[in-house]
Amino acid sequence: MLLNRKAAADLASADMAPAIEGRSLWADARIRFFRNKAAVAGLVVLILVALFAAFGSHLSAWSNEEVDWSVLGQVETMGKPSLFGGPAGDRPHFFGTDELGRDLFARTVQGTQISLMVGLIGALIAVFVGTIYGATAGYYGGRTDSVMMRIVDVLMSVPYMFVLILLLVVFGRSVLMLFVGIGLISWLDMARIARGQTLSIKNKEFVEAAHAIGVRPSTIIRRHIVPNLLGVVIVYATLLVPSMIIYESFISFLGLGVQEPNTSWGALISQGASQMQYGTLWMLGFPLFFFVITLFAFFFVGDGLRDALDPKDR
Amino acid sequence: MLSFIIRRLAVAIPTLLFLVVLSYLIMYAAPGGPFDMERPLPPAIMANLEAKYGLDKPLVVQMFNYVWNVVVHFDFGPSFIYKDQTVNDIIAQGFPVTLTYGFWSFVVASVVGMSLGILAAVYHNSWLDYLAVGISVGAQVLPNFVMAPILVLVFTLWLGWLPGGGWQGGQWQYIVMPVIALSTSFMASIARLTRSSMLEVLNANYIRTARAKGLPMRRVIFRHALKPALLPVISYLGPAFVGMITGSVVIDMYFSTGGIGVFFVNSALNRDYSVIMGITILTGALTVLFNLVVDILYAWIDPKIRY
Repeated sequence: MLLNRKAAADLASADMAPAIEGRSLWADARIRFFRNKAAVAGLVVLILVALFAAFGSHLSAWSNEEVDWSVLGQVETMGKPSLFGGPAGDRPHFFGTDELGRDLFARTVQGTQISLMVGLIGALIAVFVGTIYGATAGYYGGRTDSVMMRIVDVLMSVPYMFVLILLLVVFGRSVLMLFVGIGLISWLDMARIARGQTLSIKNKEFVEAAHAIGVRPSTIIRRHIVPNLLGVVIVYATLLVPSMIIYESFISFLGLGVQEPNTSWGALISQGASQMQYGTLWMLGFPLFFFVITLFAFFFVGDGLRDALDPKDR
Repeated sequence: MLSFIIRRLAVAIPTLLFLVVLSYLIMYAAPGGPFDMERPLPPAIMANLEAKYGLDKPLVVQMFNYVWNVVVHFDFGPSFIYKDQTVNDIIAQGFPVTLTYGFWSFVVASVVGMSLGILAAVYHNSWLDYLAVGISVGAQVLPNFVMAPILVLVFTLWLGWLPGGGWQGGQWQYIVMPVIALSTSFMASIARLTRSSMLEVLNANYIRTARAKGLPMRRVIFRHALKPALLPVISYLGPAFVGMITGSVVIDMYFSTGGIGVFFVNSALNRDYSVIMGITILTGALTVLFNLVVDILYAWIDPKIRY
């Protein structure tokens, strides 16, 4: 409400004094976001992690599948992280090697790619399916609404992690199946949130006006409801990415997710954890570090976006 | 109240049926059966095996038999891999363990989380508040599979205080780390929820009235503020329960506690269909039941909800 009034005031002043440039809601939100230091720091970390995932493989002399035979059998001493030349001479292992002599830097890059991808795809599916589903249910209301939301209720009370593992077991453990499984569950919360917002939007005058001049319901949902949901949807999608990453890591930690030679943060953490009694802590440390800072960054960015886009909460 | 419970049951029972049918269909669609081995069995033996387990009947009949046995006899059938054990045996063996540390995790997460949240709200903007917020922000990036290795590293490998795994009939040394690992992230969520709703309640007019009357702060908090502040927390207990049931899989695998999680993962790797289905349905039923209890509790406490 406050925002609308402010925007209206901006418009009015723009009429009187054309020299003052009006600010859109999005520009306002951007200014608020960049004032939040934690959120900006989170954004920077995310960009760095994304760059690491995208270009990290060019930095390392090793591929993620290659075995360094010279460290095998003495990983505790020879496989340590080093910046300049390892035992093999001029090809250093920045993050050391894993217990099989593979370069941990290359494997962390690869794990980061998969974990980020799972998170983003899960969130994208949630945005598309969840928003449209929730907006439809909320706009039509009545019996359509109660049937659609009952379906969501039923799906939500299923212990989906078990069903997801079931799916992975039955249809083979692959990255694709992981995407399908995570996509199946990620949109449920989003549908609920979108529906709740739609319920409050659909009684606004502009929707009534569109309805009165005979715009079809599907067009009203697409043109008038969904754009007004975007703020909430973006905030929630940002907070959804870390939970998708946690799901994936959970499954890969159990060895049921991403399969060798591919890897992900969960799989790397699991491997590192199984080796830590030998003192090779870097195997746990590096993947854990990336996992933790990325989750932190997503939470901070999400909180910042919420403060910026959802004026109600301030 | 009764009609509310009946209405909720009307949702809960189809949910369970849906879960059973869904998992049965996924199993049925699976390529490869439980008796597929590297060397194919002779057709006659295969037919006998399938007849023994009722797999030669049409899908609908199989499913009906399964549901009938589960609902009426509480019998999940035999395990396909461990020939001498039924699914009931496996559940009876693993479930008490899971329930033991699950219960303690739930208690720790709720009690510590709520206390932390209440303290943070009452001493708003003090060092106590910042400490509580710091803990809860930090703990949300520490899910059980991250906590478990860190705990073992610190308390077993470095300090040598606690055993790194096992159960030993549930002595306390073996319970501590599973409980901490499982409860940390939920404790954080509960603390955050409690803090924000308590802050909102403490700013309400009736609290100001109560304080203006000269009531001691302790009485204001416990008699007036606590009940409305804890309502949102109660509705979070349902999802927290589901998360802990799921998390128990990691705990069982990592700490070798011998709960149902180990059986679940092993049978998932061995394609032991009846065990996976039994555990999925059991956890599903527990989830539905728990959500039902939470909903009823909520309706009973919150006077705004009419039923």
